[in-house]
Amino acid sequence: MSEKTSENQAAPATTLTAAISTREPVGIRLENVSKRFRGGVEAIKDVTLAVAPGEFVVLVGPSGCGKSTLLRVLAGLEEVSSGRIHIGDKDVTTQLPQQRDVAMVFQSYALYPRMSVRGNIGFGLRMRGIGKDERRRRVEEVAQVLGLEHLLDRRPAALSGGQRQRVAMGRAIVREPQVFLMDEPLSNLDAKLRVSMRAQLTLLHKRLGVTTVYVTHDQTEAMTLGQRVAVLRDGVLQQVDTPQQLFHHPVNLFVAAFIGSPSMNFVHATVSNGAASFAGVRIPVRPDSPLARGDRKVIVGVRPTSLSLASGNGQPELAVTPAIVEDLGDERFVIFDVDAPRVDTEATRAAVEAQAADDALLVPLDRATFTARLPAGTPVTVGEPITVALDPDRLHFFDPATGASLEEATSLTRGASSR
Amino acid sequence: MKTAAEAPTRIRSRWSAYVTTTRYIVLFALVCLFLIPVYVLLVTAMKDPAQVSPSRMWQLPDSFSLDTFGAVWPVLEPGFRNSVLMAVPASIISSLLGAANGFVLAKWRFPGADIVFPLILFGMFIPYQAILIPMRELLTDWNLVGGLSGLILVHIIYGLPITTLIFRSYFVTISDELIDSAQVDGAGMIRTLAFVALPIALPAFAVSMIWQFTSAWNDFLFGLVLTSTNSWPVTVALNNIAGGQVVPFHEAMASALLASIPTLLVYVLMGRFFMRGLMAGALKG
Ligand SMILES: Nc1ncnc2c1ncn2[C@@H]1O[C@H](COP(=O)(O)OP(=O)(O)OP(=O)(O)O)[C@@H](O)[C@H]1O
Ligand SMILES: [Mg+2]
Repeated sequence: MSEKTSENQAAPATTLTAAISTREPVGIRLENVSKRFRGGVEAIKDVTLAVAPGEFVVLVGPSGCGKSTLLRVLAGLEEVSSGRIHIGDKDVTTQLPQQRDVAMVFQSYALYPRMSVRGNIGFGLRMRGIGKDERRRRVEEVAQVLGLEHLLDRRPAALSGGQRQRVAMGRAIVREPQVFLMDEPLSNLDAKLRVSMRAQLTLLHKRLGVTTVYVTHDQTEAMTLGQRVAVLRDGVLQQVDTPQQLFHHPVNLFVAAFIGSPSMNFVHATVSNGAASFAGVRIPVRPDSPLARGDRKVIVGVRPTSLSLASGNGQPELAVTPAIVEDLGDERFVIFDVDAPRVDTEATRAAVEAQAADDALLVPLDRATFTARLPAGTPVTVGEPITVALDPDRLHFFDPATGASLEEATSLTRGASSR
Repeated sequence: MKTAAEAPTRIRSRWSAYVTTTRYIVLFALVCLFLIPVYVLLVTAMKDPAQVSPSRMWQLPDSFSLDTFGAVWPVLEPGFRNSVLMAVPASIISSLLGAANGFVLAKWRFPGADIVFPLILFGMFIPYQAILIPMRELLTDWNLVGGLSGLILVHIIYGLPITTLIFRSYFVTISDELIDSAQVDGAGMIRTLAFVALPIALPAFAVSMIWQFTSAWNDFLFGLVLTSTNSWPVTVALNNIAGGQVVPFHEAMASALLASIPTLLVYVLMGRFFMRGLMAGALKG
């Protein structure tokens, strides 16, 4: 992340260490937590998750998958239907939000409209009986860190979106809580501001070391901010892993399709005689993999970056005709269809719908559509056939029935990590 | 089409000039009709006693005088004072309780809230006359008949359904996250209400105060039934002035005018809180 090094962000952060006393971070433990709303919606299903002390965990998933609900359950704003929640070594399952030492930044910021910025930031301290002088000191320190000093006496109505966002952040920081809970705090900022706030958040977390659970449906945010990322689908936790692991070793189709932009390409294939084949390509699987023996149907996943223009280096090749070429300056997305049935499982649909951009709709729907991510200079023209090569070592295999990854079976490099 | 180039560009029909004129004439006529009683009230109150008679009701006085006001004030003053002492606490307390009710019903939900709310609303539809006798009996038992406290209590309780409705409707519109945020910040129900919800609800408070003050001030029936002569509210006192053998019109009019000033005043003072935009800035961008 290049933003991290930019000067104007480094400066306030140095002050931060001096300004705000650090407390021993604590962990969070969710044990089999379920939440069923009155009316029967089961927003969270049997979630078990441990957040290490000081860790920054990002919760991602498509809209409506229960991210906010999980956060609200952690804050005590919703009761669990079953399961237990521990913060540090305290069981807080039945504690009120006031009793839990957590601060939350809301999706809508939720600033108190009739209070000044000073009043807003200091409110939590005031409610906790902190004296006027100390309150003033701490509010001013935090305001300085966040560059809000000159705005302290304004009402929220007189602030810009970005300033409001910082006030919301200040309100959380000033309390020095054990846990930060953030619900899509950057989702309403414009793209540039979001990038810079993202960097500031990373810095802030480095300096404060407070255990943080951060909700987003933006996977760039998830991958850049999270030390670990938890993927949620329909209230069920799919995978909790480092961004690297998540990207390279997704446990199922949903995670594979959800993580990465552009999304992973999928195609139905058959494995027989130690090779997977689709659209006339044969890709040998590792001889030591269980897939090498016996025949079966699989779904093959190919990252857009695992595709390249064929150079005759022995990689399996595929002759295709580009349907769309998107030029992004330093790279080109080339979209083409492949002569194999399209993968249209619930999992991939759920994951891809979440990421609005759906190029697939522009090309035939019955055939699989691939996106390749090629260097800028690559000579590609719409309609002119090219040959692309697939990196056989970076393919993902999934069970068409369950969607589960068959990677354990195919990959040796991975070992017994994550799950 | 030709005129569009010369005149400032407005989208309007060919007939709009006539339509506008007609509209204003009709409106003005209605306003006059509406104001006739006020006109009679004003001119009669300012007439010399000798000039007051039903046959000359519509005429302007020869000379305007405020003497009548001075004359009726001493008679009216005790009732006036009683009414202030009654209506102010009755409307403030009723509004505050209504705010608490409305807040709990809208934002601090409890099991059964959906049953409690209609029950409270039901109170609005109970006719005064139906409860007059049992109420008087009850208050007699409680030793609250005669003075102002019984009357205040009755107005507070009778106001609760409407104030609850006003505040509930208002609180329903404010963001849930605001309340959640206050909770996470460490405020319980009472402090969330006091520090976060009530300051936003000033418009609702103004509506509730105006409504409550006006109805408590204008009430005649409860005042008559529940208070003794010393504690008569102004409405009852007014009735006494106007209810003599020979009706001194100018005095009755002057008293009525005086008696209606506080409600007007409350409306003017509170009306400015009707402003919108108190929620501005709470939410993103
Ligand atoms: N108070 C509620 N009563 C009933 N159902 C609810 C309630 N709150 C949320 N839900 C349901 O629970 C599910 C999860 O909602 P939640 O707000 O946690 O989603 P989310 O992952 O935060 O989505 P988004 O990304 O759109 O914010 C949704 O299906 C939603 O309709
Ligand atoms: Mg949400």
